[in-house]
Amino acid sequence: MITGSGDSAAEKIDNFVGNLLRAGVALSGAVVFTGGLVYLVRHGSEMPAYHVFRGEPAELRTLRGIIEDAFSLSGRGIIQLGLLLLIATPISRVAYLVYAFARQGDRLYSLIALVVLFLLFLGLTSGGT
Amino acid sequence: MNILEFTGVIATGSLAAGFLGAITGLGGGVVIVPLLTLLLGVDIRYAIGASLVSVIATSSGAAAAYVKEGYTNIRIGMFLEIATTIGALAGASLAARLPVAAIGVIFGVVLLYSAYHSLNPKPELSGLDHPSDRLAALLRLDGRYPTEHEPVSYHVRAVPLGFGLMGVAGVLSGLLGIGSGAVKVLAMDQIMRVPFKVSTTTSNFMIGVTAAASAGVYLRRGYIDPGVAMPVTLGVLAGSMIGARFLAGARTPILRKIFSGVIAVVAIEMIYNSFAGRL
Repeated sequence: MITGSGDSAAEKIDNFVGNLLRAGVALSGAVVFTGGLVYLVRHGSEMPAYHVFRGEPAELRTLRGIIEDAFSLSGRGIIQLGLLLLIATPISRVAYLVYAFARQGDRLYSLIALVVLFLLFLGLTSGGT
Repeated sequence: MNILEFTGVIATGSLAAGFLGAITGLGGGVVIVPLLTLLLGVDIRYAIGASLVSVIATSSGAAAAYVKEGYTNIRIGMFLEIATTIGALAGASLAARLPVAAIGVIFGVVLLYSAYHSLNPKPELSGLDHPSDRLAALLRLDGRYPTEHEPVSYHVRAVPLGFGLMGVAGVLSGLLGIGSGAVKVLAMDQIMRVPFKVSTTTSNFMIGVTAAASAGVYLRRGYIDPGVAMPVTLGVLAGSMIGARFLAGARTPILRKIFSGVIAVVAIEMIYNSFAGRL
């Protein structure tokens, strides 16, 4: 049993998932906040233009572009890196469950988690431009 | 209004939305898009992108606590996430094809449903006294959850119908950038007869994964703007954390009614503006 109480293996999984989610949210929140400060200090007095949709530039749409932009210490790049970490948080939870179910000998649910993981990667790599 | 003021207004509004969403159980995501589009004139695509990432933050934060308490049925969640992620990918791809006005109208209708659902809670249909069906047994979906006295066991049924409705919840999430928790709870609680507390916590558990599926598509399409998403995400996250601490478990019927009323008004305005071509 993976839910309910009284099972120490299940409780271990519950605890790990809980800690993983909490750590992911805390880390991404801190990165977004830091990027936000940099962004506001540099661009706070400029005018926003969000009533017209133009889409983000290429460097804020791909993993490589975001990482490069963040390491060049652009405020918007750092925020985007934080948001990417946030998106990665539930994905890493699914990846962990593929492993945790397999270790329990639960092949069916390891496979189910793997299918979901595949669908998530499909979302990250397809569509868009 | 310069960027500093714009950020401050969004952060304050998102903080209030997250706070009210947490203490009423309606979720903060539903009012973020109307707040950004109707009040601040932000294009709906940026608004949906920002709302979607904020949904991941709040659901993951809340799910962390529920999972540890042992309410969440990870098996049910994991299995139904197949349906919600497929739906979310379809919804995100639909969002690029539908005209903005159509998305606005659908959004308004979903908001109206959320308000109605919140004001007319259905009686709890617990799955304690009926046998589980074969598919549920095959998938080992039955579970137990802790109560004050001892763990209570429950059975699950109507898996295919619940799975289908989860697909719909995924489409709405991917199309509108919301968690669509109301539809997820409906599928589990009313159709699959999962106990209410397990339904709400498992729904929360699934929302992050569902949103992550379409967030990737939105990111690549350039809908996720750091300048909009930053104050929304931080505001909603802070608001929901304060809300959870402020009223741990307390019922708030009056506030719930007021917030539902606000959502209904916002819904009508959203639909009106869509038809008037002002979205």
